[in-house]
Amino acid sequence: MPSEFFIPDPDGQVPSAEGYFGAFGGKFIPEALVAAVDEVAVEYDKAKADPEFARELDDLLVHYTGRPSSLTEVPRFAEHAGGARIFLKREDLNHTGSHKINNVLGQALLTKRMGKTRVIAETGAGQHGVATATACALFGLECTIYMGEIDTQRQALNVARMRMLGAEVIAVKSGSRTLKDAINEAFRDWVANVDHTHYLFGTVAGPHPFPAMVRDFHRVIGVEARRQILERAGRLPDAAVACVGGGSNAIGLFHAFIPDEGVRLIGCEPAGHGVETGEHAATLTAGEPGILHGSRSYVLQDEEGQITEPYSISAGLDYPGIGPEHSYLKDSGRGEYRAVTDDAAMQALRLLSRTEGIIPAIESAHALAGALEVGKELGKDGLIVVNLSGRGDKDMDTAARYFGLYDDGVDAVVAADADSENAEIEGDAK
Amino acid sequence: MSGNIQLLSDTLAGAKAEGRSALIAYLPAGFPTVDGGIAAIKAVFVGGADVVEVGLPHSDPVLDGPVIQTADDIALRGGVRIADVMRTVREAFAATGKPVLVMTYWNPIDRYGVERFTAELAEAGGAGCILPDLPVQESALWREHAEKHGLATVFVVAPSSKDARLAEITAAGSGFVYAASLMGVTGTRESVGNQAQDLVARTKATTELPVCVGLGVSNAEQAAEVAGFADGVIVGSAFVKRMLDAPDEAAGLEAVRELAADLAKGVRTRA
Repeated sequence: MPSEFFIPDPDGQVPSAEGYFGAFGGKFIPEALVAAVDEVAVEYDKAKADPEFARELDDLLVHYTGRPSSLTEVPRFAEHAGGARIFLKREDLNHTGSHKINNVLGQALLTKRMGKTRVIAETGAGQHGVATATACALFGLECTIYMGEIDTQRQALNVARMRMLGAEVIAVKSGSRTLKDAINEAFRDWVANVDHTHYLFGTVAGPHPFPAMVRDFHRVIGVEARRQILERAGRLPDAAVACVGGGSNAIGLFHAFIPDEGVRLIGCEPAGHGVETGEHAATLTAGEPGILHGSRSYVLQDEEGQITEPYSISAGLDYPGIGPEHSYLKDSGRGEYRAVTDDAAMQALRLLSRTEGIIPAIESAHALAGALEVGKELGKDGLIVVNLSGRGDKDMDTAARYFGLYDDGVDAVVAADADSENAEIEGDAK
Repeated sequence: MSGNIQLLSDTLAGAKAEGRSALIAYLPAGFPTVDGGIAAIKAVFVGGADVVEVGLPHSDPVLDGPVIQTADDIALRGGVRIADVMRTVREAFAATGKPVLVMTYWNPIDRYGVERFTAELAEAGGAGCILPDLPVQESALWREHAEKHGLATVFVVAPSSKDARLAEITAAGSGFVYAASLMGVTGTRESVGNQAQDLVARTKATTELPVCVGLGVSNAEQAAEVAGFADGVIVGSAFVKRMLDAPDEAAGLEAVRELAADLAKGVRTRA
């Protein structure tokens, strides 16, 4: 029986055997990691061809994760989007609260097949770290999570969750003390411990085969969403919208729609304080092709190849790189990428909370803000699917400070406006 | 002008003819300042280094431990540029006539332009480049330009490298082969371990190129041990640490000169 939830790319034209999506991708890694990365590729190819692997993973995705995830229409939210119909793909309802679990369970099974006993991972918002710690608890694997020191502060709840699950969490104090530096430190660990350790990479970046493998584990998002929207709306959407940091939830949603030429694929990058301020992490909007963390892709860098420090209010999007397949989609024109500011994302976060009773992650709120724009562009006949990649529980401290929701008199970043569900939405969602 | 790959080969052959290993020192450019870095390189040459690798500081040095990360940070905060790296190579070579290489992650060269980088490095008198995160499969463009400009392409091999892969790497490399003594990032270690000897033997089975060992060597005893089986001993973090620990720049220069002199004795002892 074919697998229902583990659905690797059936086309298989990209990447090439060397891991290239057009001009992007490849394998820029130190010699010490070549054998390990090759082993992952070989083992993944074997797993893909093994019905037992698909059966095991499907079983987990249904009974542990809770797939398929719902597709929820959000009409009260959509009133603020020019009347277009908006549906949310509810990856926030997965076990652990985000899409990350899809990839983690696949790679955890792979770790067992490779006979490795220890897993390391990087995390930004903590969602990938929590999912990884969860899978390690489930499979009895030793687990170490690297997280930038700034992120351990702004996502303290997830640090506690990871430790509750038995993982060691290491706060990384080098560089910008965010996701990129957590990845650097995880690579350093991997080089030293590669004989018994798998690096459970959390996004569609990194050296081949990670961009293709992680995409395959997330393809289920778009496959389900495509089927669900056809059932619910009777047609394909005009646009599929997702936030983009490294790009895993976006590629997961987009991939099944790539052959559907009428469906626009729209990625929302973090513009932080505004792309023009230089304080942002909008890699495809403002970056140039380069090498970061094992592959060629767009990178935020200076003219001498030094990586520049990114900024976003969202820890999960605060990354100066992007998965190579997104760079390929951008250059081929199949994907569209736009930048969404902190403020627009936070307004969208509050709007969804107050109109639909769903508190999204700040990451996903970037996609929601993008959908509000796209909806206005499409008009009232528009139909949009947004990937609600994660839930917002972890972000409540940031949101409470931003909107002044605490009782201790901490100044809000913006005025709280309890009576108006659409406060500031009009001018801000640009 | 053409780069100094021949000078590098002659220097390593000269050490071999003397029945010893070569001493190869690593120091980042721009650390603690550009001029201070140049002075430090001159000091290690005075102390007895045969070859120097000039590090091009990078924002994301994933293969470096805390010591070199700290030095890179200092250099980058000081505003070091690729032009400063070239000046470092030029002045170090002009003052000593000894082979000077650059060690760098790939992205700075990729961004700067391979032709521009190789032309400028050759013009500065550089002998070649060590490229620890450029795998041989991705290196064709680099090698074409390096060869055109007379620069060595030094690849790194690791204990995890299988024999067939070693052959592939050494066939593409030139100058020498950098054998990583252990699986890990740069930094000083208590002992060098026995993986290194095995790797050197397996590497030598594939090539006539000299095989030099780096990672973890910090003192004369370790240098002597490695000199027993390798054509060269590469020391980096131990030099950088002496500079970081020194109370002032003059003391730092004296400390690295002393360490180089110690290590130079080590590579002549052969345990």
